[in-house]
Amino acid sequence: MLAALTLVSGVLAVTTRQIFRAAIFLLFSLIGIAGLYFWMQYEFIAAVQIVVYVGGITVLIIFSIFLTQQAGELLPKEKMGRQLFSALAAFCGFALTMLQLYQHTFKKTTDEPILPSVSNIGNQMLGVEDNGFALPFEVVSILLLAAMIGCIVIALRSKPATI
Amino acid sequence: MMEPGLYHLLFISAALFFIGVFGFFTRRNLVTMLMSVELVLNSVNLNFIAFNKYLWPNKLDGLFFSIFVIAIAAAEAAVAIAIIINLYRSHHSIDVENTEELKF
Repeated sequence: MLAALTLVSGVLAVTTRQIFRAAIFLLFSLIGIAGLYFWMQYEFIAAVQIVVYVGGITVLIIFSIFLTQQAGELLPKEKMGRQLFSALAAFCGFALTMLQLYQHTFKKTTDEPILPSVSNIGNQMLGVEDNGFALPFEVVSILLLAAMIGCIVIALRSKPATI
Repeated sequence: MMEPGLYHLLFISAALFFIGVFGFFTRRNLVTMLMSVELVLNSVNLNFIAFNKYLWPNKLDGLFFSIFVIAIAAAEAAVAIAIIINLYRSHHSIDVENTEELKF
């Protein structure tokens, strides 16, 4: 059910010709993925998914659509040959992946599971001993800072030219 | 109806990945291409979480990878949208065919 929601709205998001509807279908697809995380009982990652993707990135995309597109305008229709070729390429890749997948059996570990609770996540995220993720955490923080500064610089650069 | 397991989740994520790839190939508009990239990143996240849940439940590595991928995807979307809006200001179009010059 959730999978059907995710996949159908994903297909519609890449094939619909109205760009705003594409954004809304993308929103439903992301919500479906968050539902799958809830179903797997990874509540924290589902919450992060909803906050960052559904709440953040989709709103950002919708705003950029409003800023760059005339309302109600259809996207130009893609060339039939290109569409056919990319559908063929995507389907071949998908078939190859599924073939590899069903020929492979995964071995499950036998150790006892850790609950993906928020306190476990927090302890490991900032831990510096084994299984600690403090260094990647810091690297991602620096990356986010750099991205933020980069966005400000890009947004500011053309101001003197436009005024 | 058998219990959904790892293979079903991998099927979903592979299908979503190639839907994103298809969109990336066919779309000629930068915003919709960005949306396809978001679909691809989400499928990768789903893959990480599924492997973490079904194969290595004694660690949380896949979950951390997903969190970092989400953070990097947010940064990437922000930078991409800043570039797109800037491009629209200078070219009045966000089709990939019209954005041939690197420097303007």
